Parts: sequence; structure tokens; C-alpha cells
Amino acid sequence: MAWKFVSDRPIYLQIAEHIKIDIITGVYPPGERMPSVRELAAIAAVNPNTMQRAMSELEQSGLVSAMRTTGRFVTEDKEILEKTKQALAHELAQEYLRTISRLGYTPEEAAELVLKINQ
Amino acid sequence: MNNILECYNLSKFYSGVPALTNLTLSIPKGKIIGLLGPNGSGKTTFIKIAAGLLTPTTGSITIDGNAPGVETKSYVSYLPERTYLSSWMKVSDIIAMFSDFYPDFDVPRANDMLKRLGVSTNAKLKTLSKGTKEKVQLVLVMARRAQLYLLDEPIGGVDPATREYILNTIITNYNENSTIIISTHLITDIEKVLDEFLFINKGQVVMSGSVDSVREEKGMSIDELFREVFKC
Repeated sequence: MAWKFVSDRPIYLQIAEHIKIDIITGVYPPGERMPSVRELAAIAAVNPNTMQRAMSELEQSGLVSAMRTTGRFVTEDKEILEKTKQALAHELAQEYLRTISRLGYTPEEAAELVLKINQ
Repeated sequence: MNNILECYNLSKFYSGVPALTNLTLSIPKGKIIGLLGPNGSGKTTFIKIAAGLLTPTTGSITIDGNAPGVETKSYVSYLPERTYLSSWMKVSDIIAMFSDFYPDFDVPRANDMLKRLGVSTNAKLKTLSKGTKEKVQLVLVMARRAQLYLLDEPIGGVDPATREYILNTIITNYNENSTIIISTHLITDIEKVLDEFLFINKGQVVMSGSVDSVREEKGMSIDELFREVFKC
């Protein structure tokens, strides 16, 4: 199934984010070889050049590293993986806060609501 | 040279009526480019000139340094808007014809693509549905190892699932040294496979750029930008 993209952000960033989540959730486990840019482009149904750009983005963050001839591998560095996970969680929480504050909720009430729903 | 196609002050008149007026543009190698514009903006005329089917009234156009002609046809692969294949032919006949015509036609690749599509090479064209016929035509065009692919409305008349298949075929079969020009007005479907876009209207380029830089700078998709630029 082709990936879905929103219209107000660059596609390469959305691809990078999608792959980040795939790495964190173990679709691509630590130390594992990533599919080629071409394969990933076909999976996501996007332009290979755009996929290439997304991979460079991930390389820069240290989440994947390129070996000269054998392809790209997911990092085994637990610290990088943990940081990435926290950054993603942070963004989600911020997004939640932004949305719910429009309904007049304070951060405290918002946090309470989360705990309540979870009961 | 980093451009596969260059044209300068290109104009085309159909008995005095302008279809292209002083079109100047250059198309880089290794990119997938969307040629986007409203109906009657000159998309098909431009593609037909690049394919060597029409001659420009004035101006110049070169593809890898040559004017469209016998030479360029050996490295330009063209998908017309309408089918031109004879309906009595079998798929295998057409494959034989293409491999006869074009030295860069990759028969195993064509057969492989057709197999994945579930099209029997024994089938006669007239027994195929419209959508399947379009897929066969695209297979023929993409099975060539060309430098420039000109696809005129490749996803025009087909259902969304077939569109996905066609786009996937385009992505997986182009190599990084070749360029694909896709003309269409179905922008949402095609946006994610494009590197760059060209908006043309009344035979002229009105805007061009990279898809992601529009999103970065304006926070909108090419589809939204199109609606804004060509608001009726």
C-alpha cells in the first residue's frame, strides 16, 4: 500500500518520519540492512530521488549509516534510537497539547484526561 | 551537458491559432518532471514536437543536442495520448514489432512486466479492456532503455488501482540517468513521483520548480498551487 502524505510539508521529510517510526517499532531492527532506495521508493510509491533525500536525512541523524558497497544499515547505537523515540514522543505530545488547548484545556487537565482514558 | 532537452522561443501555430508561444525551457537529466496545465494549454503539442511528430513553426528544440528526428527517436520513448496499435495484433506481435524497431527495447523486461500484469502475450489487443490496453502500451514504452520518456496522460482513463500500478511501473523502471516527462491534469495522483513541475498555460511556462521546495516555501502541495494559479 502506498504511503499517505499531507500537503503542507515536504514529502522527503514525511518519508523520513515514516521510516523513523518503522525503525523505532522494529520493522527495520537495529543492525539490520535497509532495503535499497529503489525498493523503498517502490514500497512507498514515491520518486526514487525523493527517497534518496529522505535517506540522507536519516543518515545525518545517525539513524542509518551507509556502507560503501553493501547498502545502508540501521544503527545499533541504543542512545540514538532512544533519542529518536523521545523526539517523536515529544512531537506527538506537543501536537496533542496544541489541539486540546484550543478546546480550553490546561496542560494539567490534558494530562489528567490521558490518565483517565487509560483507566 | 546536464540537460536532456532544451527549447528556445518555441512556437507552434495551427493555421494561425497559437498552441505554443515562445516557449523556452530546459529539462535536466535524471529527473521525473510533471508537465501540468489546464486543457488546451499546449501540453500535447509540446510533447508531440519533442517526439518528432510535429514540427515547430518557429524556434528551436534539441534533445541531447539533436533536433527531433530519426536520431532522437532512437533514445526517446513516447507514449501517445491515444492508442495507435492495431487491434487485430497479438501482444506478442507487438513485442516483436517493438524489438524490431527499437534497438533499446528490452524483450525479457517487457515480458516480465506483462506477466506481473497477468496479460497473456497470446491475447489479441481487441480482447483487452481499455485499462489493460493502456497498461500494455505503457509496458511497451517503459521497456525501452531510453534517455527520455515522454508520457502524455498516462493515467488519464484508468481506475485508481490501475493508476497506482502505472505509477509504480514508472518509478521502478526508470534509471537515474534517464528523464521522464509526464503530462497530466491529475496532479494529486502524480505529485509524489515528481521531482519537478512545469506549469504551462496558453503555450507558455508560467511557473516551475521542485515539488518539495513549493511545500517547504509555501506550505502547499502542487495540486493546491495549481488551483491557485489557474483559478477560473
